[in-house]
Amino acid sequence: MTQTALRATSGPAPRHNSDLRELYTQMRRVRTFEERVGELFVRGQSAGSMLHLSIGEESAAVGVCATMRQGDTFTTHHRGHGIFLARGADPNRMMAEIGGKETGYCHGKGGSMHIADMGLGHLGANAIVGGGIPAVVGAGLASKRAGKGDVSVAFFGDGAMQQGILYESMNMAALWDLPVLFVCINNQYGMGTHIDQATKGRELHLRARAFGLQGETVDGLDVTEVREAAQEVMDGARTGQPGFLAVECYRFFGHARMDKSPYRKDEDEALGRQKDPVLHARAALIESGTEAGDLDALDRGIEAEMDQAIDFAVASGEPPLASMFRDVYGPDEPEPEPVRTRIDRVLARE
Amino acid sequence: MVQMTYRDALRQALRDAMTEDDRVLVIGEEVGRYGGAYGVTKGLIEEFGPDRLLDTPISEPAIVGAAVGAAMAGLKPVAELMYVDFIGMTMDQLGNQAAKIRYMFGGQIGVPMVLRTQGGTGRSAGAQHSQSLEAYVLHTPGLRLAMPATVADAYHLLRGALRQPDPVVFIEHKALYTLKEEVDLSSPVPDWGKAAIRRRGDDLVIVTYSRQVHNALKAAQDLSERGIEATVIDLRTLNPLDFDTVRTEVERVGRAMVVSEGVMTAGVAAELSARIHEECFDFLHDPVVRVAGEDIPISVSVALEAASVPTPALLRETAERLVA
Ligand SMILES: Cc1ncc(C[n+]2csc(CCOP(=O)(O)OP(=O)(O)O)c2C)c(N)n1
Ligand SMILES: [Mg+2]
Repeated sequence: MTQTALRATSGPAPRHNSDLRELYTQMRRVRTFEERVGELFVRGQSAGSMLHLSIGEESAAVGVCATMRQGDTFTTHHRGHGIFLARGADPNRMMAEIGGKETGYCHGKGGSMHIADMGLGHLGANAIVGGGIPAVVGAGLASKRAGKGDVSVAFFGDGAMQQGILYESMNMAALWDLPVLFVCINNQYGMGTHIDQATKGRELHLRARAFGLQGETVDGLDVTEVREAAQEVMDGARTGQPGFLAVECYRFFGHARMDKSPYRKDEDEALGRQKDPVLHARAALIESGTEAGDLDALDRGIEAEMDQAIDFAVASGEPPLASMFRDVYGPDEPEPEPVRTRIDRVLARE
Repeated sequence: MVQMTYRDALRQALRDAMTEDDRVLVIGEEVGRYGGAYGVTKGLIEEFGPDRLLDTPISEPAIVGAAVGAAMAGLKPVAELMYVDFIGMTMDQLGNQAAKIRYMFGGQIGVPMVLRTQGGTGRSAGAQHSQSLEAYVLHTPGLRLAMPATVADAYHLLRGALRQPDPVVFIEHKALYTLKEEVDLSSPVPDWGKAAIRRRGDDLVIVTYSRQVHNALKAAQDLSERGIEATVIDLRTLNPLDFDTVRTEVERVGRAMVVSEGVMTAGVAAELSARIHEECFDFLHDPVVRVAGEDIPISVSVALEAASVPTPALLRETAERLVA
């Protein structure tokens, strides 16, 4: 069997990335999708409550992904819905996966925190903080050998900045001149811990520079600025100079669905939510002459798209029980023997 | 007698230990201000302050490693891993350091620390947040292992763990935190290292621990309605392992079923089954039967998750066939 993993063939067609309207559209799609994920949970249709919404962080996903191209690969952390959508994921199959349904990207085995699609270059979301980071070093190594200029991007949160594996990975990427990008989405919190309570080294990009990477920090309010900063480190990465970008934003809601953020003050939250990249882009569009009604129509179209994703997920079935033994090993390998079969043999003995 | 949850009992154990001994401190992610991902340490920071409840960055190897050093230096750390699934990240500190320091250094010093964590299925938490990894720990000489099934044991085993001279891995079950039982924390309990017989019957012995104790008791009740009486042994600690209690009961009854939520191959149930076969062979009417987790990762799908681990129905059905 040839491994299809690193043939990221079906990424989104190149877009006119300079188009703010397109960036706005992608950010609005992310936000509306996340709102619908919340609805799926409330309706009792999600698989569990470990749903981490990226509302407030849309510019990081959309701004960085706008600099990626077909053939690039990436990994994400547990708050990765927006990144995957921005790389061209089908909202229906995403929503179904979040519901643990057969029609989902991973047939209901992975869920929100372990969603992946090799065709789109998504090497996987991760429920281990920092767990997906080193894979981009390996993927970058493969890209370098293939020589096509493909870049592998690790997306992770500020919490992962305190995991040792990030530093091992950045060091190797620099040592081997790999086409790799490390993107820290700094939403200021890791669960209930503010970043100031997690580190005294607040200039995150300096850590990357210490290892010989190109390290930058950008404010996440303006998606065009994020895209520009990302383009700079991406250009370096394409030529074998690994980079790091921290995008400063704010986690609008609790850590996961059950978290009501009792550890932060309402007024601080209100202040944090003022850094809204979606509203900011919208205002910029209106300023430059777009009619508000035009954007309203665009938003309604996106709502219809995401409503449909919920309908698709709800209408989809659970994976068949027999599928649980599938894909533990390769497709031509025998499946693990069910416990019942083993019990049967013990009890059949006379 | 008071009504208490498993979660409250764990908190009470920490509170009492911290009150009695100011060397006891808690180190982990979200243990202080947040009160623990599952609420176990809620409020303790108000009582004991941030110097006794140390919120850490997300740095598991350093959390466990710092606890090792603190224990060597005379403190009594309770380190917390939010999910047992993260134990692999800390396995060097646990397996190469904590477990071996006393031995390698010729008995000069021990590592009296507790690593609290939680595991198991039940929340659609997916492949990396639902495992039962106690066999990793049991396979490492030098580490003690406690897995409470009841509210009283949540309290007593945690207190007991803090009195041990050696590192104890203390694995709670995520589906048990809201379990509520009447307890009298001052009444005598089995000693540390001693199994508890939760129910007595003459037809078979079910040997288990942690959440599967409850599944076994449910199954035993159904079996009783069908005229089959089971003994249910709750091991409470897996290291030390009270095999004397297991042996006595199995020799008395002549049949055993061992149950574990962890995967079947090379798991705790395999160890128990091997010992029963080896040591009680002449007393067995039938081979020991293992009921354990499937040899697969846990899916996020509610249906697949539920089918991946032993259910009361599977226990009942297997026991019935064993006895028939
Ligand atoms: C290794 C590991 N440690 C702890 C956790 C529990 N946990 C899940 S998300 C999270 C916070 C992560 O914060 P950050 O990296 O900033 O990402 P964010 O949630 O803010 O997107 C924690 C502590 C985990 N899943 N994996
Ligand atoms: Mg964060």
